[in-house]
Amino acid sequence: MKVIHTKSVALAVKKLCLEAGINIDQPVLEALKEARQKEDGEKARFALDIMIKNAHIAKDQAIPLCQDTGMTIVFVEMGQDVHIEGGLLEDAINQGIREAFCQGRFRKSVREPISGQNTKDNTPAVVHYQITEGDKLKLHVMLKGFGSENMSRLFMLTPAQGLEGIKEAVITAAKEAGGNPCPPIVLGVGIGGTMEKAAILSKKALLRDFNSPNKDSFLNRLEKELEDSINALNIGPQGFGGKTSVLKVFIETFPTHIAGLPVAVTVQCHAVRHGSVIL
Amino acid sequence: MKKIFSPLSKEDIKALKQDDIVLLSGVIYTARDAAHKKMLEHLQKTGEMLLKGQTVYYAGPCPPKEGDIVGSAGPTTSYRMDAFTPLFLQNGILATIGKGQRNQTVIQAIKKHGGVHFDAIGGAGAYYKNCIKSCQAVYFPELGTEAVYRLEVEDFPCIVSII
Repeated sequence: MKVIHTKSVALAVKKLCLEAGINIDQPVLEALKEARQKEDGEKARFALDIMIKNAHIAKDQAIPLCQDTGMTIVFVEMGQDVHIEGGLLEDAINQGIREAFCQGRFRKSVREPISGQNTKDNTPAVVHYQITEGDKLKLHVMLKGFGSENMSRLFMLTPAQGLEGIKEAVITAAKEAGGNPCPPIVLGVGIGGTMEKAAILSKKALLRDFNSPNKDSFLNRLEKELEDSINALNIGPQGFGGKTSVLKVFIETFPTHIAGLPVAVTVQCHAVRHGSVIL
Repeated sequence: MKKIFSPLSKEDIKALKQDDIVLLSGVIYTARDAAHKKMLEHLQKTGEMLLKGQTVYYAGPCPPKEGDIVGSAGPTTSYRMDAFTPLFLQNGILATIGKGQRNQTVIQAIKKHGGVHFDAIGGAGAYYKNCIKSCQAVYFPELGTEAVYRLEVEDFPCIVSII
């Protein structure tokens, strides 16, 4: 059994938030540069040029990439041989966020849903737990902006709608989002399970290393097909029209009930900000 | 790239064309969801339209680092302000800056009142921060990031998207 103190959890979460808030995911920056080479339109090029310059400025000046430093989502993978000491794990996660958002001068965007009162420190995080084998604690932190989150969708399809229905749902989500979620976007798609399982899978899908293919060859082909279909929509960078509307589609699946076919689509903006650590 | 100066006059707006890429300098005011609600309440209660004749920037900046005047400050999504915009244009707001689509009612209202809407580049908070030369909360400071800030900007890049 391995003992991990909550202080190391708080410190790790703080570091991940501070790092992610300022630095765009590097492969995403490379993908934006590649997209810039492909675009012919003046407006699309203008948008991509600013996105690329922005990433460099944020890094050089150590300031947030985007003013929407997001709501923090934390995926915890905890080995069942880990023992947490020094208080509640979730309190430690929130402490890390509190310190990072204050120290990094990030925007505190989290509020009570009905009264509107700001919680003033960007807590609480949305935390998803998974118990795994072994004695490691893996923390994956994502700063999720709401311009894109507002465009995320859930479709409760029927089994008869099948694969065609799934494709239509994903394309519809991208099409209706249009220029709102700061394209070029990245899509996380959760297929199957129940309503909440599909939604969580659609977030989890976004954790995959940007340039790694889906391990399932059928899903890998489906991802590519959806990328092509969405890029043909001519949404373009920032909705200005062009060849690059989506950078990646990531799919995760889970068995579902004979009566249903849940499909959740998480829309992620081009400012992809996340990071992980193993304790 | 065409240079323009805010506050814009009706004549300045007439000289703009859709899809023009412009560098905007001068004074603009931030207002997003919560400030729009307060501005509407103020209009209904007193008959006074705040920010009349001005350019409204849909944004909620990050707090400044020590020694800085403002933190990252890119545009937020415009459609959330669609419900307010026609009435605000009717009462004298001239120009708006945001990102993403606007609905048909807003598009009609902009054309009817001789206004203009600009698209800025979403996610480029650090870039836009560097275009801001001064920042001062002028209305609803209790709203924090959602207060109305008067910004002096220099060469703030955006695109004429509705005119």
